[in-house]
Amino acid sequence: MTKIMGYADRLSLQPGETVGIMASCIGADRFRAEIVRLLNPNAGMGASEYREVAIETPANATYKAREQKIHAGSFGVVPEKWALRGIESFTLQAYVWPTTPKKGARALMGNWAEPGTGFGLALDDKGAAEIRIGGFRLSSGVPMLERRWYLVAASFDAKSGQVKLWQEPIYDKTFHAERPVAVEGKAKASVADKGAPFLFAAWRAGESKTPTGWGRLLTKGHFNGRIDRPRLARIALDRAQIQALASGMLPSGVEEKVLGVWDFSKDISGERITDLSPNRLDGEVVNLPTRASPGHNWTGAEMNWTKAPEQYGAIHFHDDDISDAKWQPDFSFTVPKDATSGFYAAKLVADEAYFYVPFFVRPTRGTVKAKIAFLASTATYTVYANNRSRFVRMLTELYQGRLSMMDNVDILQFEFPEMGVSTYDRHTDGSGVSISSRLRPVTNWKPHGRLWNYCCDLFIVDWLEHTGLGYDVITDHDLHAEGQDLLRPYNVVITGSHPEYWSLEMLDALDGYQRQGGRHMYMGGNGFYWRIAFHPTNPNIIEVRRSEDGVRAWDARVGEYYHQFTGEYGGLWRRQGRAPQVPTGVGFISQGFDACSYYRRTDQSRDPRVAFMFEGVTDEILGDFGVLQGGAAGLEIDCADFSLGTPPHALVVAKSENHSNTYILVAEEINIGHGALDAVQNAAIHADLTFFETPSGGAVFSTGSIAYAGSLPINGFDNNIAKLTTNVLKRFVDDKPFPMPR
Amino acid sequence: MFKIDPSRLDVAREFKAKPFGEHSPELQYVLNYMRTRVTPDFHVLVMTEPGKRWVLAHMPTGGGVPRMTNQSFDKLEDAEWHVFKLRWKDITGQDLPID
Repeated sequence: MTKIMGYADRLSLQPGETVGIMASCIGADRFRAEIVRLLNPNAGMGASEYREVAIETPANATYKAREQKIHAGSFGVVPEKWALRGIESFTLQAYVWPTTPKKGARALMGNWAEPGTGFGLALDDKGAAEIRIGGFRLSSGVPMLERRWYLVAASFDAKSGQVKLWQEPIYDKTFHAERPVAVEGKAKASVADKGAPFLFAAWRAGESKTPTGWGRLLTKGHFNGRIDRPRLARIALDRAQIQALASGMLPSGVEEKVLGVWDFSKDISGERITDLSPNRLDGEVVNLPTRASPGHNWTGAEMNWTKAPEQYGAIHFHDDDISDAKWQPDFSFTVPKDATSGFYAAKLVADEAYFYVPFFVRPTRGTVKAKIAFLASTATYTVYANNRSRFVRMLTELYQGRLSMMDNVDILQFEFPEMGVSTYDRHTDGSGVSISSRLRPVTNWKPHGRLWNYCCDLFIVDWLEHTGLGYDVITDHDLHAEGQDLLRPYNVVITGSHPEYWSLEMLDALDGYQRQGGRHMYMGGNGFYWRIAFHPTNPNIIEVRRSEDGVRAWDARVGEYYHQFTGEYGGLWRRQGRAPQVPTGVGFISQGFDACSYYRRTDQSRDPRVAFMFEGVTDEILGDFGVLQGGAAGLEIDCADFSLGTPPHALVVAKSENHSNTYILVAEEINIGHGALDAVQNAAIHADLTFFETPSGGAVFSTGSIAYAGSLPINGFDNNIAKLTTNVLKRFVDDKPFPMPR
Repeated sequence: MFKIDPSRLDVAREFKAKPFGEHSPELQYVLNYMRTRVTPDFHVLVMTEPGKRWVLAHMPTGGGVPRMTNQSFDKLEDAEWHVFKLRWKDITGQDLPID
């Protein structure tokens, strides 16, 4: 059966700029590509008929198909250097914290390579520490336990052939029966591998014909777990010397024999790994393992790695980390000078298989003509990229109140698990995924399938097209990079159906825009919720640490609450003095996914300040219809909370009601569990349609519901939700300032 | 600990009439029971036509490629009822005498 998938090397382009499209196609000789602008989601009943506009370009062509592989699994690598040559005797040592010791043999460190050259420290197939010298192996014979720190060391004296191996549990407060293990043996082996790179958490397995995460190096034996303070010496050290080296000192009398003294607490925000020795055996990590991880000496007294980096000297490697698939482009597309801003995609088709590779076209800087900007939630799309967990457990059905649903493109991630998962998932070792990259095929940025995020935002695009008012599409990535200047030309900025993830830079830009009179239409639910950190040099990669509170797919371990990319505290913006109610008037209160409901107008909707909103809207019930489960209020919903920052003059013009049992109060609202947490029993669960003015003539309109967007197209946009929303848009486009109420 | 009472056909009828939206406490208990069982695989829907057609499939718990069945639906409500009946039989050992 034919499979096709791909990704783009750029996300947001201006006219005249070029994007490269990478594709992998299996089962066909050729594939067809077409550049399209997307105008609405392929949503079926009730929605507009699906439309995508083909762009005239030489890129629309048939291409030779080829398979491009993804090499997942993180590791550290030190390029071959003089200091690494001519090693005969050696000592390898590190503190290690294995997370899947029963998962088969795994590498810890060394230059060992398949089928059996070089030397290395590893875990054997039972999870016991093991030394490898060429084809020789000696194991401690005692499997290590999951998530415990050990000092593991091995030495080899080439003259005598003496091999020693130590596996010693590090004291902690738990009770266990473990004891230090020391074994000895004789090896007739020889290191005999000159000029090889030195690796952490993987061993070498040959070379690829195409680029991999590091050059063309192929790796296997990817270790799951943490490595702290690895050391290398060109002598067989004794136990006391090993201890000195582990403690941060050099072993007296043989200090010149020490080759590598790596300190993983240096350069935590980036990919560099640092050797403190004069040899400067510096290297890098590949596929972005988790850094800022508590090391073997973490006391629990300091949660912030920037305050006590010496306690955060561990790197947590995973066999499914992936930061960049490193594919080669199959073709490119140059955006025409007269291109309309919007949601674009390279539509790849081979036989019956198809795959959309999304990108966005924004207007040329300095030439903005539209008064309306739709801010595509590309940070949120990235964080959700390849959300796997929702498909693999019945828990999803439990909290959604309906059977889980997928399509053939979603299934690709099970056929090609190396494409990696999202920050809604856990790694194969159970630890939360905190880093997501879009430089790989992504199965859930598409105009079909689950009506969520990217797909759901196309309902808003569809409505904007219908209004004929003219709009630009800009992205979170642009906003993070350029700040408020990106928004300044626009009278109205529309945020999407679920703009959940925000960096400080993005939030500050929006805040500045609103303070200077900008109008903001927040057309969704559960927005402005999590803090994120962009990679310091590669904006295609985003980190989220799910700290302490909130509705979470996983919870960060204690001590891991600060982002490695920026050192910023992770978690909910609500816990950092910037609750969603501040910029929008509303914040997350509940989610449910079985049925959506409606809003009922409030007395405040009769306030003359919002008369413009209700011109031509006579119904008391708003949005008792919709593509998204039959109503405008639902999926994830927000309400006003004056204690959290809803402006005191905000008007709640309509409130939702009649939500189902699956709508449960969000975790951050529950201090003591009780039996009245669902919407049938708990009146706190509702969405508030909210409006308020800002100083300098601006205003904010918030729907507080993801499902809202799905009600816009009903009856050909002839409905009370579309009418009300269009009224808001037209007034927000108008230059006339909104007066602040007295 | 709650167990499904196979004589409570009223609960099953309630689900058939309204698989989505507010449920009685009794029905919600039944659904929670069905959806919290630990099984080697579980039912999912694979959408073959956007918003129009869904095929029932078995998804391995923990991940894997779903195994498609020959059963397909053009209404999500029908799919929910079909799976409800399968689970009722599996848990209680009795067929639901409701079409």
